[in-house]
Amino acid sequence: MEQQTDVVVRTVNIVKQYGEGEALVRALSGISCEIYAGEYLSIMGPSGSGKSTFFNMIGGLDKPNEGSVFVNSVDIAQLTPRELAFLRCHTIGYIFQTFNLITVRTALENVTLPMLFAGVQPDDAEEKGMKLLDTVGLGHRYHHRPTELSGGQQQRVAIARALANSPAIILADEPTGNLDLKTGQEIIDLLKMLQSEHGVTIISATHDHKMLDVSDRIFHIRDGQLAEIETKADLVTA
Amino acid sequence: MTEQTGRAQFKNQDPPLWVAWHQALASIRVRFFRQLITSSGIALGIAFFVSMQMLRMAESTVAKDEARLTWLIGTSLIMCLVGVTNSMLMSVTERFREIGTIKCLGASDSFIVRVFFIEAALLGFFGSTLGSLLGIVLSIIVCRVSGLNPPYSAALSVLGLGIGMGIAMTVISAIAPAIQAAKMPAAAALRMDI
Repeated sequence: MEQQTDVVVRTVNIVKQYGEGEALVRALSGISCEIYAGEYLSIMGPSGSGKSTFFNMIGGLDKPNEGSVFVNSVDIAQLTPRELAFLRCHTIGYIFQTFNLITVRTALENVTLPMLFAGVQPDDAEEKGMKLLDTVGLGHRYHHRPTELSGGQQQRVAIARALANSPAIILADEPTGNLDLKTGQEIIDLLKMLQSEHGVTIISATHDHKMLDVSDRIFHIRDGQLAEIETKADLVTA
Repeated sequence: MTEQTGRAQFKNQDPPLWVAWHQALASIRVRFFRQLITSSGIALGIAFFVSMQMLRMAESTVAKDEARLTWLIGTSLIMCLVGVTNSMLMSVTERFREIGTIKCLGASDSFIVRVFFIEAALLGFFGSTLGSLLGIVLSIIVCRVSGLNPPYSAALSVLGLGIGMGIAMTVISAIAPAIQAAKMPAAAALRMDI
């Protein structure tokens, strides 16, 4: 199979629990997996399965209680806050169900902000920002604030923003969850295009069955464990 | 070994100060009405404090009741502190999500704190300047009406005191929750619902 390629994310037996004593909840009870460079991976699971928690772990948004997460062979737990910020800035692009654009800034400013964090010169950042907005089909609305854009348009801005520093990985947490069918499909097509044409690794948590058709692999998470891994080959024969 | 090389490239630098400055200005501009209320809260607290200071300075023909004035100034200070802290706490906590998002984009903790520092200092400056002027004008009027000699000479130093106090209080009460939010794991900050 083509999966002899590089591993971008590796998790080793990660455990995450919330609360303590009687109220202790084990969100993840030991997940080990490898995610390959350039693949389109979907993470599925019912709500409460630990899907989002797992997702936050791979993205370096949260730290596991036990086990470790390696992104590009770097153990996230060993990083200082500043190094972690650098990792988020350069290696990972985030897309959320609720878009999470900075409401006080325009579309273009939302896209350029991560580049400014990366030390790009403002003029270059603006130029690249406009290019990215063009890529997602929103070049003409660059000066609009998120509140003046529709849900689908906001998600496009979020995708452009996630791409700002040409990350190796894009993490999308239910990117189509708040969108209607048609807009959702457009967002999925856009993500697929980024993966196939730009070689970006896409990791996406989803309930959306349209998303599964484009995935190379699917992780099924149940009760905090990796219950099953489906590959595209399985899907085609099924 | 790969760990080593991976580590070597982590030389993150904060963006230049103007990035934080623009972010702070944008938040003030967009939430202008809300920020107006916040700063008028600051202004009223400071105005009360400043007017009490002025009255204390006033040369009175009647014997000054020092104990009562001290009590009043103490009260005004506490009122001012509570008002300012409350406004600033609110304005930071309602933005935990935004903080989480900015963290995801690669902002360092210190960048986040810096934005709130600038914002609070600006709000504190405008609010307390306004409040100090208001307090001084009011106290002069009160002095005139009640036949006291207004302490014009003290006005300038009281103005300075009022502005200084106001900025210090806004900054301190905004920075504490901002640092707390900046240090949170990004996932926790994003989860926060207000």
